[in-house]
Amino acid sequence: MKLDRRTFFASLALVGSLALPAFATAADTIKIGEINHYKRMAAFAEPYKKGIELALDEVNGAGGVLGKPLEFIFRDDQGKPGEAVKIAEELMTREGTVMITGTILSNIGLAISSLAAEKKFLYLASEPLADSIVWEKGNKYTFRLRASTHMQASMLAEAASKTDAKTFATIAPNYAYGKDAVAAFKKALTALKPDAEFVTEQWPALFKIDAGAEVQAIERAKPDAIYNVTFGGDLAKFVREGTTRGLFDGRDVYGLLTGEPEYIDPLKDEAPEGWTVTGYPWYDFEEGDNKTFVDAYMARYDERPGIGSLVGYMTVQSIAAGITAAGSTDTDALIAGFEGLDVDTPVGKIHFREIDHQATMGAFVGTTALKDGAGIMVDWSYKDGADYLPSDEEVAKLRPAE
Amino acid sequence: MGLIFAQLLTGLANAAALFLVASGLSLIFGVTRIVNFSHGSFYMLGAFIGYSLMQVLPGAIGFWSSVLLAGVAVGIIGVIVEILVLRPVYKAPELFQLVATFGVILVIQDLALLIWGAEDVLGPRAPGLKGIVRIMGEPVPKFDLALIAITPFVLFALWYLLTKTRVGILVRAATQDREMVGALGVNQAWLFTGVFFLGAALAGLGGAIQLPKGGADLLMDFTILASIFVVVVIGGMGSLPGAYIAAVLISVLNVFGVSYLPQSTLVLMFVVMAVVLTIRPYGLLGREEKAGEHGQVGEPELPIKPASLTIRLLVLALIALLACLPFVAPSFFTILATDVIVFCLFAASLHFILGLGGLVSFGHAAFFGTGAYVAALLVTYVGTPMELAFLLAPVGAFLLAIIIGWLCLRLSGVYFAMLTLALAQLVWSLVFQWDDFTGGDDGLVDIWPSAWLRDTTSYFYFTMVIGIGGILFLRHLAHSPFGYALRASRDSARQAEATGIHTKRIQWVSFAIAGALAGVAGALFVFSKGSVFPVELEIAKSFDGLIVVFLGGVKTLSGGVVGAAALTLVQDYITRFEYWRLALGLLIILVVIIAPNGIVGSLRKLAHWLPFGRSKST
Repeated sequence: MKLDRRTFFASLALVGSLALPAFATAADTIKIGEINHYKRMAAFAEPYKKGIELALDEVNGAGGVLGKPLEFIFRDDQGKPGEAVKIAEELMTREGTVMITGTILSNIGLAISSLAAEKKFLYLASEPLADSIVWEKGNKYTFRLRASTHMQASMLAEAASKTDAKTFATIAPNYAYGKDAVAAFKKALTALKPDAEFVTEQWPALFKIDAGAEVQAIERAKPDAIYNVTFGGDLAKFVREGTTRGLFDGRDVYGLLTGEPEYIDPLKDEAPEGWTVTGYPWYDFEEGDNKTFVDAYMARYDERPGIGSLVGYMTVQSIAAGITAAGSTDTDALIAGFEGLDVDTPVGKIHFREIDHQATMGAFVGTTALKDGAGIMVDWSYKDGADYLPSDEEVAKLRPAE
Repeated sequence: MGLIFAQLLTGLANAAALFLVASGLSLIFGVTRIVNFSHGSFYMLGAFIGYSLMQVLPGAIGFWSSVLLAGVAVGIIGVIVEILVLRPVYKAPELFQLVATFGVILVIQDLALLIWGAEDVLGPRAPGLKGIVRIMGEPVPKFDLALIAITPFVLFALWYLLTKTRVGILVRAATQDREMVGALGVNQAWLFTGVFFLGAALAGLGGAIQLPKGGADLLMDFTILASIFVVVVIGGMGSLPGAYIAAVLISVLNVFGVSYLPQSTLVLMFVVMAVVLTIRPYGLLGREEKAGEHGQVGEPELPIKPASLTIRLLVLALIALLACLPFVAPSFFTILATDVIVFCLFAASLHFILGLGGLVSFGHAAFFGTGAYVAALLVTYVGTPMELAFLLAPVGAFLLAIIIGWLCLRLSGVYFAMLTLALAQLVWSLVFQWDDFTGGDDGLVDIWPSAWLRDTTSYFYFTMVIGIGGILFLRHLAHSPFGYALRASRDSARQAEATGIHTKRIQWVSFAIAGALAGVAGALFVFSKGSVFPVELEIAKSFDGLIVVFLGGVKTLSGGVVGAAALTLVQDYITRFEYWRLALGLLIILVVIIAPNGIVGSLRKLAHWLPFGRSKST
C-alpha cells in the first residue's frame, strides 16, 4: 500500500511524542543548542567542543547564569543545511533551548541565520567565517563571534602591502569561502597598494586539489608573491608539491588560517617556513589571560588547544555575558543584551557591535617557522578585529534595511 | 614546450592512483555486477594502513613493502566484506547490493575515526625519491617518475593475470556470462571472493601509493568516489586498458584545465564523461550490454493490483491520524512529519522510474534540486509569490528531465545510470560555480512561504495535501494503461515494441513525470527550510533516494515511500548518538541481509507464508 506504512511510522512517532514532553520542560538549566559538523570535520569540531566544556565548567562553577547552570545540547548537522534547520527547530521547540550557536560550515550558518529571523530566536554564529552572515544576509537575530574572512584577509593584505611584491597569485578552494577570501584580499590590497597586479587565480576543487598541476600553473605566471587560502589535506599537498618543485623559493607567501594548529600541525616538519599567516600561537604565551586559558585547557585535556578550542571557550563566555546582560532568556531581551556587549576573553576584551552584530575578536598574525619538527608562528602579534572592519557607512550599505 | 611536457608528466603521475583504484572497481563490476560504492572506503583504508605501516617499517624497502602490505590488508578486508555482507544478497534484485555497500561506507567511516583519530595525516615521502630532476629545465619530482613507471607495469601484470592464467580465463568467462561459468562447474562464490580480494587490494594499493603525494584523511573515501566512477565509465565498465586510458585522459586534461581554465576544476571530468558517452555509449573500450545478460534476477515479480477495501480503509484511518498530529504532538513532530512526506514524495518519484520503469537513475537529486532552485530563484530575483513559484518549480524540473531523459535514454542499464550521474553533476557544478546567480554554495536564503502558510501547522497540512496527492497520483498512473506500458517496456522491450508500444517514448514521459514530481518535492522542501544549497543536488542526495527505494523494496509499489519514511525516522533518532554512522551502517547491512527483497517485499513474503496474510497483498 502506498500510504499505510508511512502513516504508520508517522503515527509511531506521534505515539512516541506523547511519552516524551515530560522530559522537555523538567530541567532547571538554561539550555543552549549547539549544532556542528562533529563527524565529518571532527579535527576541528572536537577541540571546539572541549573548549565549550571547559568554559561551561568554569561558568557553572561560579554559580551559572541568572542563578541557573548553563547547559549545552550538542547535535551533529551531517553537513546538510536542511538537516541543521530541522535540528534547530527541534532544539528550539522541543528541547527548550533559549538560543542556537555553532556551525563551522558557512552555508549551514546562513541557513540557520535565516531560520532564526523567521522563527524569531537568537543565533550566535560562533565559527562560520562568511562575511554575508553579518552583512548581505545579516539580520536582527544573528550575531557572529569569530573574525570574518574579510577581517583576516585584510590583516594579511596589510602585511602584503608593506613589501615590494607587485605581482600576486592566488590559490583558493573553489567554493564560497575561497572566493570571499580572495575577493576580500584583492580589495584590501588594491586599496593599500594600487599598483598590485593579480597575475593568476587558481581554484582547485575543495579537498580534491591536483597540487602538481596547481604548482605548475602558478609557476607559469611567475608571481612575486602568493596568497594561499587552501587548508586541510589540500594545504598539505600544495605545500609538499610546492616545496619539492621550488615554488616558494624567493617568494612571499601569505596564508589565510595556515598558522592555526588544526591546519599546520599535520604538516609536521614539512610546515612551510617564512609564510605570513593568521593562526593561533598557543605555545608562545608567557603570561596573561591567553596563558591562563592554555594552561587550564592543557591541564584538563592533556593536549594542545586549537583555534577551535579558543572559539568554543569564547562562545560560552559570550553567551554567559549576553544572558547576564539581558537579565532574562527572552529573545528580545537577549538581542538587547548582545548588542553592544563587552566580553572579557583570553584574547582581551571583545565587543559585539550594534551596527552589524559582528564581534571584534581579532586574529594572530605571524610568520611561520620550524621548531622541533613542527610548524609554529614567530614574530606574531594579535590584531584587534575592530581595526579591520569597514566604516559604519559602508556596513550600513552592505546590510539590508530592517 | 618544456612546461607542457612537464605538465604531461604531472598528469601521468596523477593517473597512477586513479587507475589503480578505478581498475579495482572495474574488475569487481565486470565479474560480480556489483556497483561497489564502498570502493572509496577501501582506498581510504589503504592510505591509513599504509601510513601506519610506514611508521614501523624503515627505509626504502620498508616503504615499498608497506605499500604492498597495505594492498594485501585491504584485500583481506574486501574479502571479509564480500563474505559477510554481499554473499547473502547476490540473489537479490539487480543493484540491491549497492545499498549494502553504502552501509559498509558508514561503518568504515566510524571505524577509521576510532582507529586513526580525526586529524589528517601527511604521508611520508618515499625514501630515495624525495628530490626532483630537471627535464627540459622544468622540475619534475622523482616520485612522479616512479609512479609513471609503475602504472604500466601494474596494467601489464593485470593483463597477464587475466589473459594468460587459468584464473584469468575464469574471470573473463564470468565477466561475459557468469551463469554459464557456474553451469560448467566453477565455484562462482570463490571466484567472486577472489575478484573482490583483487579489486579491494588494488584500491588499497592506490591509497597507499599516493601517500607521498598527499596523505590520509577521513574525507578521502567520498572525494575519490565520483572520479573513479567517471574513469570506469569512460574506459568502459570491466575494461582495464580502458580504465588506464581514461585515468590518463582525465588526469592530463585536468592538469591543462588547471593551468588554462582554473575555474574548470569542478566540472571538467563530467563534461568529458558526458561527451564520451554521447559519442561512444559504452565507453572507450567497453562492450555493448547484451539484453537479458543480467536482467531480472530472482523470482518473477507479482503483478501489481489495486488495494483491497480493508487496506484502503486502513490508509484513510492513518491519514486521518496524521492529520491530527499537530493537535496531539509537540510542534517538532509536525516539522519531522513534513520532512518525511517531502522525502517520501522524492523517493516515490524515483521509485516510479526505477521500480516500474526499470530505469536506474543515479542523478535523481538533480530534479529535486532544480525544483527547489527554480522556486528559490523566482522568489529571490523576481519576487514571485510563493504560490506561483510553487507551480513553476515542477515545470522547471520537468523541462530538465525532458532534456536529460532524451540524452540518457539512448543508453540502458548501468551506462544509463552513469550518464544520469554525470549530467546531474553538471547541473550541480553549474549551480555551485555560478555564484552571482545561484549564490554558489552559500545558497539562496530567506525563501519562506506566504503568510497563510507561514505557520508550521498550516505548512504541514499543505505538504500533506500536495505530498500525499503526488504519491497517489503516481500510484494511479501505475495502474493506468500508461503504467502497464511502462512495465512492459521494462520487462521486455522487444515484445512491447511488437505490440505497438513506443517504449522509448513511454520511458521518456515517465522520466519527465518523475522529474516533475521530484521538483514538487524540492519546492515543498525549500519553503519548509527557508533556504536551498547545492547539497540538495549532490550525488549523496541521489544516493539517499536510491537507498530508500531499494531498502523499501524496489519490486513493490509502496517500497519507495515506506523506505523513505523508515530511513528518515530511524536517522532522526540514531544521529543523536556519538557513533551513529556505525550504528546506521550496521542497521542497513542487517536489513539488507534479512530482507533482501526490501522491507515491503520481505514483509509481503512473510505474509504470504502465514495463513491469514495470503489474501492480502501490499
